[in-house]
Amino acid sequence: MKGTFTMKTGRGIAILLAAAATVPLVLAGADRPSIAAVPASHADEASTVRRITEPQYRRAITDIFGADIKVVGRFEPDLRVDGLLAVGTSAVSITSGGLEQYETIARNIAEQVVAPDHRASLIGCTPAAADPAGSACAGQVFDRLGLRMLRRPLAPAERAALVATTLESARALGDFHAGLAAALTGLLTSPDFLFRIDRPGAPEQGRRMVDGWSKASRLSFFLWNAPPDEMLLAAAAKGELDRPEARARLVATMIASPRFADGVRAFFSDFLHLDDIDLLAKDARIYPAFSSAVAADAREQTLRTITDLLVDRQGDYRDLFTTRRIAMNRTLGPLYDVPVAERGWTFHQFPDGDPRAGLFTQISFLAQHSHPGRTSPTLRGKAIQEILLCETIPAPPANVNFAVVQDVDNPTLKTTRARLQAHLDDEECASCHKLTDPMGLALEKFDGAGQFRTTEHGEAIDTTGSFADTHFDGAAALGRLFQRNPQPIDCLVQSTWRYAMGRRLAAFDKPVVARLNADFAGTGYRMVDLIRAIALSPQFYEYEPASPPARMAGWPALATKGAM
Amino acid sequence: MAQDFSRRGFMLKGILGGASVTLGLPILDAMLNENGTAFAATLGGAPLPVRFGTWFWGCGMIPARFEPKSDGANYDLPPQLAPIEPVRQHVSVLTGFDVMLDGKGNLPHISGNTAARTGAPADTWQAIEGPTFDMLIADQIGGGSYFRSLELSADGNPRTSHSFRNGSSMNATIPSAAELYQRIFGPDFRDPNAASFTPDPKFIVRRSVLSGVSEQRAALLARVGSADRARLDQYFTSVREMEGKLALQLQKPPPAEACVRPDAPAPLRASADLTDFETRKANHKLMAELLAMALACNQTRAFNMNFSTAASDLRTAGDTTGYHQTTHEELIDRSVGYQRVVDSFAVRNMEAWAEFVAAMAAIREGDGSLLDNMLIVAHSDVSYAKNHDVAGIPVMLAGRAGGKVKPGLHVRGAGEPITRVGLTAQQLMGVPVDSWGTDAMRTNRPINEIIA
Repeated sequence: MKGTFTMKTGRGIAILLAAAATVPLVLAGADRPSIAAVPASHADEASTVRRITEPQYRRAITDIFGADIKVVGRFEPDLRVDGLLAVGTSAVSITSGGLEQYETIARNIAEQVVAPDHRASLIGCTPAAADPAGSACAGQVFDRLGLRMLRRPLAPAERAALVATTLESARALGDFHAGLAAALTGLLTSPDFLFRIDRPGAPEQGRRMVDGWSKASRLSFFLWNAPPDEMLLAAAAKGELDRPEARARLVATMIASPRFADGVRAFFSDFLHLDDIDLLAKDARIYPAFSSAVAADAREQTLRTITDLLVDRQGDYRDLFTTRRIAMNRTLGPLYDVPVAERGWTFHQFPDGDPRAGLFTQISFLAQHSHPGRTSPTLRGKAIQEILLCETIPAPPANVNFAVVQDVDNPTLKTTRARLQAHLDDEECASCHKLTDPMGLALEKFDGAGQFRTTEHGEAIDTTGSFADTHFDGAAALGRLFQRNPQPIDCLVQSTWRYAMGRRLAAFDKPVVARLNADFAGTGYRMVDLIRAIALSPQFYEYEPASPPARMAGWPALATKGAM
Repeated sequence: MAQDFSRRGFMLKGILGGASVTLGLPILDAMLNENGTAFAATLGGAPLPVRFGTWFWGCGMIPARFEPKSDGANYDLPPQLAPIEPVRQHVSVLTGFDVMLDGKGNLPHISGNTAARTGAPADTWQAIEGPTFDMLIADQIGGGSYFRSLELSADGNPRTSHSFRNGSSMNATIPSAAELYQRIFGPDFRDPNAASFTPDPKFIVRRSVLSGVSEQRAALLARVGSADRARLDQYFTSVREMEGKLALQLQKPPPAEACVRPDAPAPLRASADLTDFETRKANHKLMAELLAMALACNQTRAFNMNFSTAASDLRTAGDTTGYHQTTHEELIDRSVGYQRVVDSFAVRNMEAWAEFVAAMAAIREGDGSLLDNMLIVAHSDVSYAKNHDVAGIPVMLAGRAGGKVKPGLHVRGAGEPITRVGLTAQQLMGVPVDSWGTDAMRTNRPINEIIA
């Protein structure tokens, strides 16, 4: 737990499996694919191909065709690599089952776009008398849509192919609009839509750069989690993205846009693994207050709390660990024991001294890193270590005797802490549990659904521990220690960089990440400034950086969050 | 980027030229897979197609309560195997087949199932090298049907899958009966027993559109590095496969005697707790019956069914402690010598397996049943879950594979590698392979006892 580039490597593969008292059930997902590393062969060169994520796909459709057009279907799951789905985008392809889904989704979208109620606004032309097949109309449609969908202008041959497909299909189906839908389906299924494929551009100061269109995509997906809009595409067409000062003006405009909050939400959703909440299940008899609606709102609560602090109020990232101001609604109120008068979302301020303060005391964190029927200090501690400190926790040994530590009805070991303590008497267990459990135990006054409690089996719960050689008592106190510690900052900066680049850290990233770290401190740890600094870095636009990203010793090589 | 429309143009002319659709060459072309072998050689011919599938459950068993004492036919059924009594004549039990860790660490609930599926234990699924053996078989036999393979999970999670092309390419599962129904018997379904057949021009157009996508392949692959090229190539292979599937839709399908389009299942209640054992079993049974009909209707010849995750996600609603936790924390009851609760969970896994086999056997086909024309390999991630033991991971086979397999036997592996199972299955399904597995797990010895 030292500086930016001295992360613990551990055994590399960081799947804490049946580690501790409370881990085992989660092993449920032990072989979930969202875990760890891709083969070494994939890690040895900088990818120039990223698959767009499901939220990005959905956003593209809404941006281009409007919110009336529904995206219906199941997407191929995104893959978490090095703790981020964004990094996984440069490892995944599309399987045959996945392609079938993309094609089905695409046809459904295309049929809606050409449907009579949308065609006037979305197609905007019909075959003219002089051109009964509709060649000119199809050409107009694809001139407009091609640019938006492929995020670059169509090549003449591509345009011709789309027009030809439209006309041939229209003849086969006896309907011009059905023909358009067919060609549109092809566009939506094409590699240049489903993947972001970098194209090389002119060098800048000796650096190989991507072209203006690829720059527009990098900026847009990073800052907005969306494809480039017309403003950005126009700027790319004029070559503005190739000039640093014009780029800076565009970045300022983009950060000032309301869409910037979407980009920040997308980053934190990925960074904090909030997508996993969709699969969160709690035992309805043990936690009757918890439901899938609570889970979805708990994620929304965290994201609203974050954008309020970091975007609307341009706040200090470190305050996320201590903030008493939290988004709230009527669904969540009962679990927080907070009365909510308003309909919809509002903000609640916990009083000084309240046990709820900071990210660690939010239900999205507490419930996600628990079992269906009980808490898990080990899972919670592991999540803190891996997600927020970028540490790697090795897997547990295979043959562990869990009997004592997990007997919840043990008459003498009534609390989870007492049962876990038994683990620390075993040297092999202790080496990892010393890393995870103390922080997790600090959160024990919140049950598996994130509700406050003071006792477990009639015993008072002890939430004392130490972090970075400092003693603390309780989740709020742990949050205050995080607020003052450099490691969560280092972890955030390198994670934001990896998110922006969609790949693992490489040796050549070291100078830029070090500079970003220094700048972040210099601007008072404002998230907005970190994102701006990345967007203004020439390295952000580099095409296949010069030296291959060999894995550096001492770096977090593989997984962060395990499958639990 | 020059575009060549000749192939698509030709296809479309078939339908544009007149009322009747005569699509000679392009369809023949589509019938050829990457190896140039004909897709549909056995479909519609005399022999019934032989199907292959896997069935996975997590948390293994308790050896003394599971492993038969007697060998060969008419093996005894210890308590955990008691549920398979009604289907015993169809099921072979393979015990004592091991994962050789070969100096590697035993990653709990990972080493065992990666080894059984890929022939070498790996630390994560992302670290595996090659395809899982079910994919090698699906590549061999899956081409002639609409779905090359169907991946299913009864737990509601599309990420619960043990079928991988490589470490970053998992075959996501269909996680619900309603979704399975929609995929198989939805708008693309053509009843093989329908009296008349008219090719739908929509399929021609869809295929033509995908051909246009395929044409971008060469130019794109030339632009990217080797790892990206492999990824894009996989994407284009998926596109080609889809073209092949759509071409199949233009041919009159051969009749399938047992094929009856079933009613759509009711969607699962939003509050249904699929981690609860009984709810899971009910969902699994529904999916098994739909799968059986999908097979009978020749919609696929390969499948992977996941009953639970590795390390089993199952539990009993209302209990703080789930199955997997229980395997580690329940004390052995000294009066009986085993973990009582774990034992009861293990029995329920086998109830689900027996229901799965029965669903396949229930469909009449030819002189026998659908099951007679199948080979199913069932296995878990560990043997004795309490210790994450990967020696003697339980394996069961079901079906006669069209007469190629002798069912109903107990075979002991005596510490031989579990890769013998994967090798045997591949050879039975026609994969040209004489040895399989890595390092200590490499084997060239199929399990001859079960081969007819």
